[in-house]
Amino acid sequence: MAAAGMGQQWVLVEMVQAFYEAPAYHLILEGILILWIIRLLFSKTYKLQERSDLTPKEKEELIEEWQPEPLVPPVPKDHPALNYNIVSGPPTHIITVNGKECINFASFNFLGLLDNEKVKTAAQASLKKYGVGTCGPRGFYGTFDVHLELEERLAKFMRTEEAILYSYGFATIASAIPAYSKRGDIVFVDEAACFAIQKGLQASRSNIKLFKHNDMADLERLLKEQETEDQKNPRKARVTRRFIVVEGLYMNTGDICPLPELIKLKYKYKVRIFLEESLSFGVLGEHGRGITEHFGINIDDIDLISANMENSLASIGGFCCGRSFIIDHQRLSGQGYCFSASLPPLLAAAAIEALNIMEDNPDIFQTLRAKCERIHKALQGISGLKVVGESFSPALHLQLEESCGSRENDVKLLKRVVDYCMNSGIALTQACYLEKEEKCLPPPSIRVVITVEQTEQELDKAASLIKEAAQSVLN
Amino acid sequence: TLYKKTFIEHFEQAPMYVAVLTFLGFGVGTIFGYLRDFMRAWGLEKRHIAAEREQQKDFVPLYQDFENFYTRNLYMRIRDNWNRPICSVPGPQFDLMERVTDDYNWTFRFTGRIIKNVINMGSYNYLGFAETDVNALKTVTIELQKYGTGICSTRQEMGTLDKHVELEKLVAKFLGVEDAMVFGMGFATNSMNIPALVGKGCLILSDELNHTSLVLGARLSGATIRIFKHNNMQSLEKLLRDAIIYGQPRSRRAWRKIIILVEGIYSMEGSIVRLPEIVSLKKKYKAYLYLDEAHSIGAVGATGRGVVEYFSMNPDDVDVLMGTFTKSFGAAGGYIAGKKDLVDFLRTHSHSAVYATSMCPPVAEQIIRAMKCLMGQDGTTQGKVRQLGKNTRYFRRRLHEMGFIIYGNDDSPVVPLLLYMPGKIGAFARRMLEKNIGVVVVGFPATPITESRARFCVSAAHTREMLDTVTDQLSHECKPFPNTTKKSALHVCSKIPAALKGAVVTSKV
Repeated sequence: MAAAGMGQQWVLVEMVQAFYEAPAYHLILEGILILWIIRLLFSKTYKLQERSDLTPKEKEELIEEWQPEPLVPPVPKDHPALNYNIVSGPPTHIITVNGKECINFASFNFLGLLDNEKVKTAAQASLKKYGVGTCGPRGFYGTFDVHLELEERLAKFMRTEEAILYSYGFATIASAIPAYSKRGDIVFVDEAACFAIQKGLQASRSNIKLFKHNDMADLERLLKEQETEDQKNPRKARVTRRFIVVEGLYMNTGDICPLPELIKLKYKYKVRIFLEESLSFGVLGEHGRGITEHFGINIDDIDLISANMENSLASIGGFCCGRSFIIDHQRLSGQGYCFSASLPPLLAAAAIEALNIMEDNPDIFQTLRAKCERIHKALQGISGLKVVGESFSPALHLQLEESCGSRENDVKLLKRVVDYCMNSGIALTQACYLEKEEKCLPPPSIRVVITVEQTEQELDKAASLIKEAAQSVLN
Repeated sequence: TLYKKTFIEHFEQAPMYVAVLTFLGFGVGTIFGYLRDFMRAWGLEKRHIAAEREQQKDFVPLYQDFENFYTRNLYMRIRDNWNRPICSVPGPQFDLMERVTDDYNWTFRFTGRIIKNVINMGSYNYLGFAETDVNALKTVTIELQKYGTGICSTRQEMGTLDKHVELEKLVAKFLGVEDAMVFGMGFATNSMNIPALVGKGCLILSDELNHTSLVLGARLSGATIRIFKHNNMQSLEKLLRDAIIYGQPRSRRAWRKIIILVEGIYSMEGSIVRLPEIVSLKKKYKAYLYLDEAHSIGAVGATGRGVVEYFSMNPDDVDVLMGTFTKSFGAAGGYIAGKKDLVDFLRTHSHSAVYATSMCPPVAEQIIRAMKCLMGQDGTTQGKVRQLGKNTRYFRRRLHEMGFIIYGNDDSPVVPLLLYMPGKIGAFARRMLEKNIGVVVVGFPATPITESRARFCVSAAHTREMLDTVTDQLSHECKPFPNTTKKSALHVCSKIPAALKGAVVTSKV
């Protein structure tokens, strides 16, 4: 201890000696540096954000002066979308629109199940047993035995392992895509994809690459470009998931996607396929199983099929089906599934009964296709309007052959055609879009929907009426 | 002076040792999780999860292993407490389908037995409109027969029925505003209308604990989002001031508009929004208020008109009134109500009006009959709302007396009871089910990691006996610690001694 103390003292003496022996400039420099450090320690922190020159009075003035925009811009009284067509009574085959009775060519009731007595009976039985609402999400006592039964039936019908049920058609694909595709992943999507897909892609925050509608060469070009990118950064490429999102039967253009070529591209470039079958479920294929049956493709080749039950099944809601490996993930990460109340049981029971009818009468699909072909042929050759869509598609578009300058005028012209038809007993509607929100806005068109309930005379009547309307309005 | 009655909310802090034990619990679970993953990777344990197809084994993996760590190892152990299927109306009592698992929750099978008359403390059936009484559902049965179940079209095309017009007029009258618009799904009401109202260059000030639908709608809109602390008016005011004074980041341009997103009752906390203070702030700083009354419409307020009536305020003070029909009305769907300009704008610009199916007619009729009942138009009185208020106060009082830690406002029918430790989540729910009571438990990630809870939803249809059964069972589950004077225990639920009770937030102005 004493030796250490002696050592310490000795070091101290050395230091004092060094202090006296140091050159003057050295001492002055050290002194200045020490003073500088002390100053920095005690000076205020320097914030880049704040304008340090604003007094409280100026802040109050800024708050006083700021004027926000009005919450919503005023909507002109004659806005075309403001006055809805009001339907009195059920939107079935004969529909009463704005007080006038018409034949319904506007509701997506492809298989005519909206008015079916068996479906209504099943719904009534369910209403008696379960009431109306489920009062909870699937995780918290909102899972009813009807939901489980419907999921099983849908999986069996589509011949997949599992199906998951959503309570709203729009939310189905819009929740399914963000569950798998996250920031940094790449999605190749067709330009004509519907709005629900666009919202799903926006929610996923992935890189979106649009390819021209049904253009496989364009898609292959994009895939090749991505391949060269991958070679530059193989580590990143190993964790970046890739998806192709296409629709079976496109809502916006009425044609189908070339699924066999897509499958080839899938295995060549290792991308997964998500198929949206809202319009093709219950329409295409020998038994109504959709586009995979239409082309005879093994359903396991498609990673995820999503469809809504609001068209052919005449209910509300949607479902996704596929292998358990893929579908089970949505039970915890599908936002529209976990955070929303489940489908009311009466709608699920109606869907089950509708599935029963579809399975028991597989000939309605052929009947529907025959009717579509008939009207597709009958609508050819109308001067001023061209038919857009496949001959077996039950949802066709009638577009103007020549635009008259602006979209607004086109819309007004088509509205006159629609009004002419409505006044004469055929209910039609224009295809509605949000003009500022769509990525690739389709041209204005009239939607023609074919259902099994329409008789051949009615189809012919509709075709001739549309011809007449086009003649009188467009010429 | 802003509050016309006392506003009492409780958010008691747990003692320190509880937090420590909670973290220990999660720690043990994580260690075992790593051990099991290791064993599965080396083939020592059977892999139960579905696997990728053979033909696609060389694709980029769809899920990263670490993403599902929590699901595989912690959630899977207690998975039987969620997604329990029922087979009756979700009234005050329901019938559960018995499910057993032979492989520790990886797969379930139904034994075929039905557990009858389980007391339902989990469904959002606040006013008891989830019923199968033939007289009550008479009009719904008629409408179902007349209209069927589908619409097959969107609002702007051919999907607006006279039923929707009738319902919208009724909703506007019920809330005391100019006009209303209804949508087919409550979640979608938020996610499809917030992007229509705000866009780039606008600012959204959103509460910390807002629901996923509000967060998704805010993200899809493209506006800048800033979060203020839950129900904390100082935090909100600071954000408002900073936003107006400093403008948009980097460019310093003024914000186009500022919108505040809050909920009426927060479903995980049971707290009620401080509406009078928010309205005064909004008026002072010229911001807009979007109030999501998913849980509070029908459940609070003297006649069930929601938080606006609860605070005796004018509905015109709230710019956008939004709510859902799933909870108090026993139906499905959502609405947005407010001034006529707002609703006209939504009719033309809402994503739901253009691309999504409208509400189905029998569901609309259920809402109409429920609303007419609440408004006293069909001869019955406001008995249901009063009964709910009585049940809520009774239930909360009894739980407080027993010393449990309950969150939330004294008037909110959502009652979260804190459990804290992960081991208790599964044990509590299973024990209560053995005694024929169905409860909802929530843990991470829906709640903060240390605050797992059981959430009770009181209903007007619960009788005094049912609530007594539940509270008696809860007191059974907890045994007193030795050497304490007060009845406090940590056997299954958390009860703290009176001396250690933390902050009680009270605003008596």
